[in-house]
Amino acid sequence: MSEPTTAVEPRTRDDGVVRGSEVASRGTPPARTARTHRRRPRPASVLGRVLLVVAGLAMALPFAWSLLTSLQDSRSLLVLPPSFSPSSLTTSAYRRLVDLMPFTRIVANTVIVTIISTVAQVVTSAMAGYGLARFNFRGRHAVFLAYLATMMVPFQVTIIPLFIAMRWLGWVNSLQALIAPMVASAFGVFLFRQYFMQMPAELEEAAALDGANPWQTFWRIALPYAQPAIAAHGILAFMAAWNAFLWPLFIARDESAMTLPVALASLHGRWTTDWSLVMAGSVITVVPVIVVYAVAQRWIVGGTLLSGIRR
Amino acid sequence: MNWVGTNRWWGLAFVLPSAVFLLGFTLLPIAAAAVLSFFDWTLPADPSFVGMANFSELADDRQFWAAVGHTLQFIAGYVPLVLATGLGLAMMLNRQGRYTGFTRVLFFMPVVSAWVAVALIWKWMLNPRFGVINWLLGLVGVEGPAWLFERGWAMAAIIGASVWKDTGFVMLLFLAGLQAIPSDYREAAFVDGATRWQAFWRITVPLLTPTIFLVVIISLINSFQIFEQVWILTGGGPVASTTVIVERIVTTAFDYGRVGYAAAMSWVLFLLIFAVTLVQHRAQDRWVFHE
Repeated sequence: MSEPTTAVEPRTRDDGVVRGSEVASRGTPPARTARTHRRRPRPASVLGRVLLVVAGLAMALPFAWSLLTSLQDSRSLLVLPPSFSPSSLTTSAYRRLVDLMPFTRIVANTVIVTIISTVAQVVTSAMAGYGLARFNFRGRHAVFLAYLATMMVPFQVTIIPLFIAMRWLGWVNSLQALIAPMVASAFGVFLFRQYFMQMPAELEEAAALDGANPWQTFWRIALPYAQPAIAAHGILAFMAAWNAFLWPLFIARDESAMTLPVALASLHGRWTTDWSLVMAGSVITVVPVIVVYAVAQRWIVGGTLLSGIRR
Repeated sequence: MNWVGTNRWWGLAFVLPSAVFLLGFTLLPIAAAAVLSFFDWTLPADPSFVGMANFSELADDRQFWAAVGHTLQFIAGYVPLVLATGLGLAMMLNRQGRYTGFTRVLFFMPVVSAWVAVALIWKWMLNPRFGVINWLLGLVGVEGPAWLFERGWAMAAIIGASVWKDTGFVMLLFLAGLQAIPSDYREAAFVDGATRWQAFWRITVPLLTPTIFLVVIISLINSFQIFEQVWILTGGGPVASTTVIVERIVTTAFDYGRVGYAAAMSWVLFLLIFAVTLVQHRAQDRWVFHE
């Protein structure tokens, strides 16, 4: 789920975040990034290279296998080795998937929940991080401690009371029930607070002299400055929302609010043997996240994702 | 800069949207779970206060402690393996200078993918009759086991799939740790005639202990919370040999509707994680090297 499952221990948390923002902050040479290292490669050993290729194949082959399976008709799955000839490939599993479930509805649910919770999480976390980093107000310390404390409690503790509360609110099988618990992210607030604390003050001072109020300064100066942190936290929030399973399993079992992972799990329960269908569903669930990650990882400078110590 | 002198409500205004959601959907539920654990509440009936009864029942709950045992089995296999593969990959990538966008995406594909989808892919590959793994084993003359349908092999398969999924993430942590080690140390050791093996154990590993500590803490915390891979791969079977803590919580709340008892379980899960983290934290002075 969306909640940080890690970063319980203060030192490790500091470690990750400081290193991340160090690398990501502008103007600082990225001293410890992979990029610097690449410029001076040491002589490569053949064995190391072979092992790397094997490891890379081990990462990729299960995905390739699921793609191949999804493009076969169910009967040819019973024959090994599979046929790789283009003539034996078919998209029938994908067509069956669309016919079998209210497929557009489920994809739309997943997209809506993911976009709203990602945007909401990034915006509210950046705001709160800015508030905690730049303002003195009574209770600031207590608020920050409350955020830190919730990072230690696993999400599973909140799930039963949340479920009861949603029943009481009449939100069972609704999209808002999926989104609401994802909005506040203690981890995100922590990340942005650290990031803004390292931001040079001159930029904001100039804006303030020009008569900008704190909100305008945040929106026009601080937020653009925090772009690497936004990319890093945005990916994590996106992944958490798109892949969420446990909470949706509790609260959104009806097709009207069902999201892809839950639909996929139910598919497997009902049609255990139709593996090309199940693999088609897996491909559809996995591909968008991989594409988003592949595109967004360019914006994550060096080790910023390190500060995203959670899964 | 500090907005000293500006209206002090601005700070609160910035924090408010996030804080409202944190309060409503995290802090209050945590407190409510504590309260709930003192009630016997079986939906849809009404709750009744039972004091510590849930916890004393839990103390004798064989299924729950069996699940804790299976979680420990998982940890015993998963933590050393993911540590070894993550470190091995990081060292190879570091040496080869091959940590490019392509390898990053390649090794992160399992990390970013949904567990449900990944577990289904593994379940299909591990299929005893039509799965690719047993077919490959057959090619080299080995008759593969029934994997998820066989006691002993089922947990091994869960561990293997989990190591495969998380190894890229651990690799990233180790890569950062390795790149923080100045190369002079190793070079000085080589000048003094150290072998690679000695340099690894005497220089790299001691300087990496902060990262190892981080990886151990993170993977332990995550291990106590495993659920999705178990739910999809085995559903706790065969013959309840792979049940885990969160699976017990879900089954108790869902299938039996016993939300008070499930809340008590979730607090025990939290206390277990907290205790393990505390012990690790206390023990770190003995083995973690700080410059």
